[in-house]
Amino acid sequence: MNVSRRTFLINSVSIASATTILTFAPFALADNWNRQAFTDKVLNNAMKDAGYDNAVESTGILLKTQEIAENGAVVPIEATSNIPGTTSLAIFIDNNPNPLIAEFSFMNGAEPFIATRVKMAKTSLVRIAVKAGGKTYFTGKSVKVTSGGCGG
Amino acid sequence: MTDSIKMRATQQGDFADIKVLFRHDMETGLRKDSKTGQLIPAHFIDLVTATLNGTTVLQAQWGIGVSKNPFLEFRVKGAKSGDKVAISAVDNLGQHYTGETTIA
Repeated sequence: MNVSRRTFLINSVSIASATTILTFAPFALADNWNRQAFTDKVLNNAMKDAGYDNAVESTGILLKTQEIAENGAVVPIEATSNIPGTTSLAIFIDNNPNPLIAEFSFMNGAEPFIATRVKMAKTSLVRIAVKAGGKTYFTGKSVKVTSGGCGG
Repeated sequence: MTDSIKMRATQQGDFADIKVLFRHDMETGLRKDSKTGQLIPAHFIDLVTATLNGTTVLQAQWGIGVSKNPFLEFRVKGAKSGDKVAISAVDNLGQHYTGETTIA
């Protein structure tokens, strides 16, 4: 009958809506992830999309890493910003398939310091960029990679 | 999955130093399976949040360039011995990871 068909349709729509909400829930949680910047393939685009364009080179950022990385899969990075008012810090590797590696935002007492380990596809400049007082700064160091770490 | 995160937090002068080790493959999506020749799908932690006694102190976004079994060290001023530091992370497939420790 028409009535039951209508009821069926209404129920179908409700189920479809519920399914849609459930399906998209995991993506909603990842809303804060800057997909554009992390998938950019060119350094300048990645820096722009992450909000670090027009960064000025600064000796107020300290970067400790290896000069020669024998294993590109695990390159230690230690970065400190001595620039007052630093709110965030990002790691860029010019010659990686996606130059933006990571971004860290500091608040409520966190110091503008980070240590981590990154992958390097080949020899490249490693850049640390920071945001401080509405301006952007960076420092860079060349790391020679003798065995690449992105596989493939 | 609490066993995926190992943490150590120590008071060092006027700041707490927190070291975190995640257990995660951090697959880039660019690697090929050597047997099948097929690309291995990307699977990586993309968001990390650290809290001190429940207050957020660090928010991180990660891409595929962070090494397998990621290591993260950060420092927080104004923390003291006995304070609780917690980490929560989520990967690109929506899997959640948490860890908690007390500053020694």
